[in-house]
Amino acid sequence: MFRFLINRLMLLVPVFIGVTVVSFGFIRVLPGDPVEILAGERGVSAEKRAEILANLGLDKPIWQQYFSYLSDVLHGDLGVSVKTNRPVVEEFFELFPATAELAICAIIFALIIGVPAGIIAALKRGTKIDQGIMGISLIGYSMPIFWWGLLLIILFSNTLNLTPVSGRLSFFFDVDPVTGFMLIDTLLSDEKGSFLNALHHLVLPTVVLGTIPLAVIARQTRSAMLEVLSEDYVRTARAKGLSTFRVVTIHALRNAMITVVTVIGLMVAILLSGAILTETIFGWPGIGKWIIFSIFARDYYAVQGGLLLIAITIMTVNLIVDLLYGFINPRILHQKNKS
Amino acid sequence: MNHSADSSKSTLSQQWQEFWFYFSVNKTAVAGLVFLILVIFMALFADVISPHEPAEQYRQFAKLPPAWKEGGQMQFFLGTDYAGRDMLSRIIHGSRLSLLAGCIVVILSLSIGVLLGLIAGYRGGWLEILIMRVMDTIMAVPGLLLALVLVAILGPGLLNAMMAIAITYTPYFVRLTRASTLSELNRDYVTASKMTGASSTRLMFVSILPNCMAPVIVQGTLSFSTAILDTAALGFLGMGAQAPTPEWGTLIAENRDLILNAPWTVTFPGIAILLAVLSINLVGDGLRDALDPKLKRS
Repeated sequence: MFRFLINRLMLLVPVFIGVTVVSFGFIRVLPGDPVEILAGERGVSAEKRAEILANLGLDKPIWQQYFSYLSDVLHGDLGVSVKTNRPVVEEFFELFPATAELAICAIIFALIIGVPAGIIAALKRGTKIDQGIMGISLIGYSMPIFWWGLLLIILFSNTLNLTPVSGRLSFFFDVDPVTGFMLIDTLLSDEKGSFLNALHHLVLPTVVLGTIPLAVIARQTRSAMLEVLSEDYVRTARAKGLSTFRVVTIHALRNAMITVVTVIGLMVAILLSGAILTETIFGWPGIGKWIIFSIFARDYYAVQGGLLLIAITIMTVNLIVDLLYGFINPRILHQKNKS
Repeated sequence: MNHSADSSKSTLSQQWQEFWFYFSVNKTAVAGLVFLILVIFMALFADVISPHEPAEQYRQFAKLPPAWKEGGQMQFFLGTDYAGRDMLSRIIHGSRLSLLAGCIVVILSLSIGVLLGLIAGYRGGWLEILIMRVMDTIMAVPGLLLALVLVAILGPGLLNAMMAIAITYTPYFVRLTRASTLSELNRDYVTASKMTGASSTRLMFVSILPNCMAPVIVQGTLSFSTAILDTAALGFLGMGAQAPTPEWGTLIAENRDLILNAPWTVTFPGIAILLAVLSINLVGDGLRDALDPKLKRS
């Protein structure tokens, strides 16, 4: 297990370096002179210009600049946001729980519906039920989610008046941020009804963000189940006279879950892409909305830092997923150690 | 000479017939194909089909509902937007941009990706390590975010959006091609070709490449549909095609404030995106089933 972990970490090193090169390069390839961007429209004298360049370390050769950037990154210093004058790292981790909460809820929503739907489709292969489930999941997979979000707002918020349009919690409630996860914080606080209110705010964004993962999970579960159901050990289990339910839940599902866990690993990048759109539509104060805001505000240090931190988040989650494999399927661990 | 040309022609048509046999079994895939061809026609003949000029503003008819609703008019079948522009015409013209974006993204990412994958798989060594680590880096950042950042560098616009999206799709083609190149590399036919003195270029492009194409084609159709979605998403966020251009995502963005009092201006462009993407995905599913040798046994 330990060697496996080390192997995986070693593989991440080049990717980490690659990502730092990209985020370092981002600011440098932007059109426009960095000093003039900082100085604004007033302009600067040649002396002042040299001084600013020296202050920013921009007078050094590019590889030295990169190494000092890398050293800053490793010390957790990602620069200061131009718009808010606060460290980028601080802003990121303040907003991160909102995105994490949304993404976790979305993936749970996708799993709760997607896995059973996929199993049913596999068991009823070729029937109308199978075709129906696969048809709906293909529609979900083809959905432009920003439009889907607007449709749901039209229907549930404006026509039926069931859900709020934006934000995480009504202004009526004053909840202390303890964990940053609104569902937990509202449970911890003594504000009555705040939990339900937070839940109401969460429903539509969860559905919107979870739609594509739901479709992918349903399709993957179906094909994984079909493969497993044709295996000998499942036939043996059936021959022993076990009920379909038992065969499916105990024998087949466990093996089919390997595929599903892989898919969840791949989902993280999709979820974060989706979060950019979902948070923009629902005014959700998370990373996605922040990074869009930063791009439009030309707050490049925020964009640079956000890019790096999001990539690190994805790498971390993928590492965890890789390790989870080992627990679900010891065979994988064994094979990888041998090679 | 003549004979061999004839026989290669007949195997090609045989292959085609076999492919069509497996593809046409899947009725939904055929339906998707038919719809896709319709959309392509719509895009090609947009000027002839659309009832109005997409940019023409009929101020006196602003925010007209669709024809079947009360107050709607037949001449503006899907209603008009805030400036009195005909929604149907704008959507028809938008199909051009979306299909074009999809095509360009796939052509760019597929050709660059296949070339790099082929080189990585065939050459190996430091070149392979370099190419694959660069691809890993691209994949470590969520596609839409990377595209947004690239557009921030290049400047907003449809062309830059397409290039940015193409870059985010390239790693998938590189990985696929490299994997199939590696598995083809030790086959007998490649060795035989090497023995007869074929050059590296010939080996790569004539011997190996055609045998790697099936998964690449499937990935190509999948990328085509996601490219349309991503182009629309960038347009929606204001980083893709710019406002007066009738790109589908941009249409939704410019009418977003009207979702309460003129919901059709948002609904129809979205349906257009959904149907176009859905039909491409249906075709993609059909292609995968028809090209996948594992499934042909049954």
